[in-house]
Amino acid sequence: MEKVYDTVVLGGGPAGLAAAIEAKKNGAEDVLILERDRELGGILNQCIHNGFGLHTFNEQLTGPEYAERFIDQAKELDIPYELDTMVLDLEDEGDLKRIHAVNEENGYQTFDTKSVVLTMGCRERPAGAIGIPGFRPAGVFTAGTAQRFINMEGYMCGKKAVILGSGDIGLIMARRMTLEGAEVEAVCELMPYSNGLQRNIVQCLDDYDIPLKLSHTITFIHGKDRVEGVTIQEVGPDLKPIPGTEERIDCDVVLLSVGLLPENEISRNAGVEIDARTNGPVVSELRETSIPGVFAAGNVVHVHDLVDFVSEEAALAGKGAGKYIQGTLDQEPDFKTVAGPGLGYVVPQNVSLDNVDDSITFYMRVRNVLEDKVINAYIGDEKVATKRAQKFLPAEMVNFKISKKTLEKYPDGEEIRFVIEDKPVPKKKA
Amino acid sequence: MAEVRNLICISCPMGCNLTVTRDGDNITVTGNTCKNGEIYGIEEVTNPKRVIPTTVVCNGGKLKRLPVKTADAVPKSMIFDIMKEINKVSVDAPVEVGQVIIPNVLDTGVDVVATRTMPAE
Repeated sequence: MEKVYDTVVLGGGPAGLAAAIEAKKNGAEDVLILERDRELGGILNQCIHNGFGLHTFNEQLTGPEYAERFIDQAKELDIPYELDTMVLDLEDEGDLKRIHAVNEENGYQTFDTKSVVLTMGCRERPAGAIGIPGFRPAGVFTAGTAQRFINMEGYMCGKKAVILGSGDIGLIMARRMTLEGAEVEAVCELMPYSNGLQRNIVQCLDDYDIPLKLSHTITFIHGKDRVEGVTIQEVGPDLKPIPGTEERIDCDVVLLSVGLLPENEISRNAGVEIDARTNGPVVSELRETSIPGVFAAGNVVHVHDLVDFVSEEAALAGKGAGKYIQGTLDQEPDFKTVAGPGLGYVVPQNVSLDNVDDSITFYMRVRNVLEDKVINAYIGDEKVATKRAQKFLPAEMVNFKISKKTLEKYPDGEEIRFVIEDKPVPKKKA
Repeated sequence: MAEVRNLICISCPMGCNLTVTRDGDNITVTGNTCKNGEIYGIEEVTNPKRVIPTTVVCNGGKLKRLPVKTADAVPKSMIFDIMKEINKVSVDAPVEVGQVIIPNVLDTGVDVVATRTMPAE
């Protein structure tokens, strides 16, 4: 008889590592990680900048250092892994799931398992998805591709760059290109605000006097064989280019940091229900998807801005897989969550309180910059919790923690609704 | 005359809005939510510092580049000079994480260290 694993984890990046570790600690004996790259660690291996791990380890680590800590833990727990292995398909056969994969050594093979954790991460929105007019010259890269070339393979991608999109990878690459001797002429951002973390604007752009052009986009890429320049244009409130604002900037490389898309081909084919808001699976508090025994965590569920929260979420999924194997997972949801107007999404979408220890953290994102607002959680007509912040930014995921005790007070509640409301005006002292 | 500067703290991804007031030798920081914010605010108006994460050439390793960083923050004004020093170096695999690649770079008192283990190929 073929071996049957307890848990197979699809992807050995930060989410996969944390999920595998936690699954093993929570009762899944036979755990296996399948990774398509040549080593574990995923995207962290190319993120050589510091700033990772403040929440998890209380210190500033670089991406590879952060990855290594988890890789070491996985090795201590003797969790086996297969590298250079591409998962093609996941079949749900009820109690058994079958994974189809290929690698150079063994060719095509299948793995049978009782539970699966989906941790495939996300990928960058490519040039083709945003349709910039012009030819298709060499020298147009997604920021992450350039990052891999420079930081891991040792190839510089240009001498004079324009970056489109102010997501964190774009900002980080602006600094990286500058440190390696390139000139970064501008970072253009379509929206009137940056999509990156504030600290990255300071230490990646302001430090090197790189202009951030908000409400600007690239409207033409010049050059036929190699990029020779771009035309940038200001955009109006409708995000359409304003005629007469054209400006030509000469450059030999264009980097795109225009969004990340959860990579869910395998999930979709397997029949996992996908949330149209997150582009990721609908999940429970322990990150179980619509298929019992299939869990998901990290950027494949929703795009995170900090790896610390990826690890945190993946640990939940690993714990879920462990409980599923032990037969102690409650699969009946008590609540559904609802994102009110102005909120992009809420994860998890379902909650069973029995699986929650002390509290549950809801992850959500606002659609616009909000000042003097709070996010309130309602069950029925009753306000049960409030999340406050100096400011809410679309670039920064909101973590809204609610205690189990609070939610237990509403055994008949069906929905937890998250609503943006005005910050109450403090009462003046008499 | 007190000099007031509005900064965004880069100590962590919270990105607190700091107000740093400098009146002679008296520097006060407000808007921070932790001790690191105060330290950052004071340093930023007296001697701004940054950690430099970059790579060096790696021979015989699994990858052709080894990621490195300055083990502590170095003066911002020295970033490009330190980059020049780092770019002169090439190392041979295997390398252990934390291994010193350049001791006391340009007399800053700060080492440049490897940020990953690089096995030999």
